[in-house]
Amino acid sequence: MSLAQQEATPLVRPRVSATARRNLRTAWLFLAPMLAVLALVAAWPLLRTIFFSLTNATLVDTASYDFIGLENYLVRDGGEWYGLLADPEWWGALGNTLVFTGITVFFETVFGVLIALILNASFRFRGLVRAAVLVPWAIPTVVSAKIWAWMLHDQFGMVNDLLLRLGLIAAPIAWLADPNLSLWSVAAVDIWKTTPFVALLVLAGLQMVPQDCYEAARVDGVHPVRVFFQVTLPLIRPALVVAIIFRLLDAMRVFDVVYVMTGNAKATQTLSVMARQQLVDFQDVGYGSAVSTLLFIAIGLLTALYLMALRPDLGGRRQ
Amino acid sequence: MKKALRSFGFWLLVALVLLYLLFPFYYAVITSLKSGSAIFSVDYWPTAFDLSNYGRVFAEQSFARNILNSVMIATAVVAISLALGLTASFALGRIRFRGRATLLLAILSVSMFPQVAVLSGLFELIRVLGLFNNPLGLILSYLIFTLPFTVWVLTAFMRDLPVEIEEAAIMDGASPWVRLTRVFLPLLAPAMVTTGLLAFIVAWNEFLFALTFTLSNEQRTVPVAIALITGASEFEVPWGNIMAASIIVTLPLIALVLVFQRRLVAGLTAGAVKG
Repeated sequence: MSLAQQEATPLVRPRVSATARRNLRTAWLFLAPMLAVLALVAAWPLLRTIFFSLTNATLVDTASYDFIGLENYLVRDGGEWYGLLADPEWWGALGNTLVFTGITVFFETVFGVLIALILNASFRFRGLVRAAVLVPWAIPTVVSAKIWAWMLHDQFGMVNDLLLRLGLIAAPIAWLADPNLSLWSVAAVDIWKTTPFVALLVLAGLQMVPQDCYEAARVDGVHPVRVFFQVTLPLIRPALVVAIIFRLLDAMRVFDVVYVMTGNAKATQTLSVMARQQLVDFQDVGYGSAVSTLLFIAIGLLTALYLMALRPDLGGRRQ
Repeated sequence: MKKALRSFGFWLLVALVLLYLLFPFYYAVITSLKSGSAIFSVDYWPTAFDLSNYGRVFAEQSFARNILNSVMIATAVVAISLALGLTASFALGRIRFRGRATLLLAILSVSMFPQVAVLSGLFELIRVLGLFNNPLGLILSYLIFTLPFTVWVLTAFMRDLPVEIEEAAIMDGASPWVRLTRVFLPLLAPAMVTTGLLAFIVAWNEFLFALTFTLSNEQRTVPVAIALITGASEFEVPWGNIMAASIIVTLPLIALVLVFQRRLVAGLTAGAVKG
């Protein structure tokens, strides 16, 4: 597109210098391999998924299908509504996804800020503590899901044992089987795994706050809690916003932790889990692709908002 | 007195945070070292040192093969991402051309794709290319995660290098390729270590594609192998094996993270990537 623009502008701007043209050619030459790969593994599959969502393709043979328009999304047939938007399962998955996103992003932000504040203080062994923070983040999601599934086991789990010993509960709780609790249990695991990521992003923001801001507040004898809310928080807001948006986008597409801990159970099924179940287990490529497409649109809108907020940072600092 | 109390409170807080972050891993380690029915009694301190779970993981399934698959795939993904990311970041970081910012945005937005949004399209592509149930299919599909942040982080590093570095080479009439490989490559080594590590961790941990695009035990990667360890019934789930396998795949990652702590933190905050 850019190339075409350059070619078409000479009338307006009389001379595109030879250097500029050569630069442009070099740039595209160096970019081509990476762009080709991204087109193959990202752009093309995405377009195919959107296309499949308008068909009744099945996994057995993705080559033969009928074009059925928006029937996977919503259709009225014999006085009844069918399609995703009339499917209680889809609404359930949407609800689970939103609840999961709300819970995890809230607690990850609160715990993340708390841990970042601790790591920003100078104390002995700080390096060690900072390394420890990275441990949950580095553990594969599948592994952390399994470890927590074991700890939350209703009969032999350590969590029930501890709560029983402390007298906080009278009988073991089925953390993952009770439909009222399972989504919270899965969210707790995600919070454990991802809080470090938020903490590190916030810490990077904290380290850019000039020390004299604190000095001034301390000299004036302002209470530390007030210092946090009135000095620190406004200054780290940009870092916090980036962290929260990243987490929002990530939580909305959650798959691994939910699937490993509770499989396709309706009480925890998120949109990603539902999409995969339709696609692979039920072989319904059309319907599954429709679930994926709606999720993509939702995340796409959020991303667009995010990029608009980020835009000023992109021109490059050295221009 | 008040100061001592506050300091005590602070250390208590640090201890609580450490307990929260590290206890699950510790608990997995002590569980993996128990055998037989001892596994089903809850202990908070190590009570046994029995490596039989570790032996069984390798004896009862193709776990060694799964590890080999994961290592191969992650290494190939790192090599390809770095090679493609390097040339692309040279163009994006050192050459002025129109549409550069838009292109960067488009590349970044790929990293926001939900995985399921490309699942059916990729499934078709991988089948058409004959790469179903084949490590090559996974290598190809993982580039969708690793390329965007590799390009992003390397471009940021390239852009921050001063103009003078390149000037002498340009005066000597060095081609862009020579400038990239002779001038920039050595300077970018630290950034490449960071992005390479992140790419390795992402590829090592990936689950959804590996679950969907492989079929046989021998072709699976480690996360899928662990997720699919099951017993004959719900009451026979071999938790000892699962914990042992979990420790085996996590230890190298923890070692990497501890050794490269600073680099990783720098890379994470620059690229804002989540593994």
